[in-house]
Amino acid sequence: MSGETPADGGHRTRPDRGLRRTVELVGIGITALVAVVMLGFVALYWAQDLPVASELYGAFRSLGRGMDAAFGTNVFRHPIMWQSMATGVLVGVVAPLVGSFLVHREMALIGETLAHTAFAGVAIGILVTSATGWNGSLLLVALVVGILGALVVQWLTERTDAYGDVPIAIMLSGSFAVGTLIISYGDGLTGVNIRGYLFGNLAVVTPQGARLMGALSLLVVAGVALTYKQLLFITFDEQAARVAQLNVTGYNTLLVVLTAVVVVGAMQVLGVILVAAMLVVPVAAASQIARSFRETMYLGVIFGQLSVIGGFAVSIGLGLPSGGSIVVTAIAVYLASIVGSGFSVKAISAHG
Amino acid sequence: MTPIVDLDGVTFAYGDTVAVSDVSLTVDEGDFLGLVGPNGSGKTTLLHLMLGLHEPDEGSVELFGRPVDEFDDGGRIGYVSQKATSRGGAMPVTVRECVTMGRFAHAGRGRLSEDDREAVADAIETVGIGELAGRLVSELSGGQKQRAYIARALASDADLLALDEPTVGVDAESRDAFYALLDELNDEGITIILIEHDIGVVTDRANRIACINTELYHHGDTESFVESDALAEAYGSTGQVVHHHH
Repeated sequence: MSGETPADGGHRTRPDRGLRRTVELVGIGITALVAVVMLGFVALYWAQDLPVASELYGAFRSLGRGMDAAFGTNVFRHPIMWQSMATGVLVGVVAPLVGSFLVHREMALIGETLAHTAFAGVAIGILVTSATGWNGSLLLVALVVGILGALVVQWLTERTDAYGDVPIAIMLSGSFAVGTLIISYGDGLTGVNIRGYLFGNLAVVTPQGARLMGALSLLVVAGVALTYKQLLFITFDEQAARVAQLNVTGYNTLLVVLTAVVVVGAMQVLGVILVAAMLVVPVAAASQIARSFRETMYLGVIFGQLSVIGGFAVSIGLGLPSGGSIVVTAIAVYLASIVGSGFSVKAISAHG
Repeated sequence: MTPIVDLDGVTFAYGDTVAVSDVSLTVDEGDFLGLVGPNGSGKTTLLHLMLGLHEPDEGSVELFGRPVDEFDDGGRIGYVSQKATSRGGAMPVTVRECVTMGRFAHAGRGRLSEDDREAVADAIETVGIGELAGRLVSELSGGQKQRAYIARALASDADLLALDEPTVGVDAESRDAFYALLDELNDEGITIILIEHDIGVVTDRANRIACINTELYHHGDTESFVESDALAEAYGSTGQVVHHHH
């Protein structure tokens, strides 16, 4: 933004702001680069039998072997680890992007609810998979159920006051209950790793899952980029946005559906129980120190990326589940941001 | 001349509780209408009906000569809700970002133009908070927040400002300055509808008064309101009249 007023009256001087902005832009640039490389890997894996792509894919594999040799690990030579890392990196971008609006609309619980709905979706997906034998259907079914759940949540919130949390809470536990019933009914039908979907597991990510995440990420980034202004206005002052003749219900629905999309994609590495944390924690950390809403989004994405990469390092290094590792790293970032902001914990959810 | 707002026999109920009953009134261009009445008298509901935030159960509402549900020129109205001003949330939004929202109705899905940015800068200067443009709205005092919201309305080139108890929690000095600003804007031709619990402020500033307690007790110029018994009738035994002299 050009034309910053020099006298901002705050405790920060101007060169400080310039430096801050540069650091943020570098962070965003690196994040974008990593995300593009990861998308590239997913695309190359898909197209590895085609002439040019196969050479590039081969180069990727040898790069992985080189990294393993350099770090003394047994990780980067396996395509499946790249699938997981690609999914994680993309989650680190899109979850805070959507979360920035969700958190400040005081809709954090809705992310959790949609995760549980998506779990019911996974359960139904397992049934469909065992019936059709088509392995790729599991996440697609979860996505469809998640989006349907999002529309139900939106319908409920339109009809209750201030995101009345009782119907939402009923839906949260209800859909999880349905999921457990379906899973025990279908027990033994397939060899699907339910624990992986509950707690997040790098080994859960299939090539189809990574590809789906890639497509969904492009969708979410485009969706947020095209409707940033409207989502911001509605989040900040819903009534004034209504008076300005914005289609508030339409944009609310879009936001909830985008959330469901992120949740289903993120579920693979984070697990159903922890997925909402990625929507909330990096944004909460960013809100502690951000000096504008745009900066909140930038920092949210940067913190999200730090959490994912740091979490992967912990997960791979210590052989722990990825979901817990990522969330604990994200919370460490949050605590650091509280320290960085001089111990003033901001009440984001100050109802009223 | 087409009235800015035209209510005809408007009735609205929340479930079984009637909030507004058979209210007819018009707001003309350049009016400064004070909307007064006791707590829970339906002032905010009436304002919401005027702006199309509620749909009337009976009667009709026209905005700028068009039925309110067909009205689509959101940029013409600047609205500052009660909630906006008392909002304690910590959403990090700068004054400039807040005021820029006033241009969103114009920009639609497109990017903001240089004209949009100029309109924002002008609006911020007009309300006298230029030095606060980079600050977070949540860090401002009540009076400064008010100015930011008014700037948002000005940035949208609104012809109509609708303000719901804008000075709750604002100190007396900033409040006087704020009302002086409203006077200036009104002199420039902007129509103002103001809900205010302090009758003294309204009678000092507004040229028209609508006094309601579910039903409309008075609608007309300020002098006739001051001389009438509408106030006592509307307030009846339901509450105390707030009346400070300035």
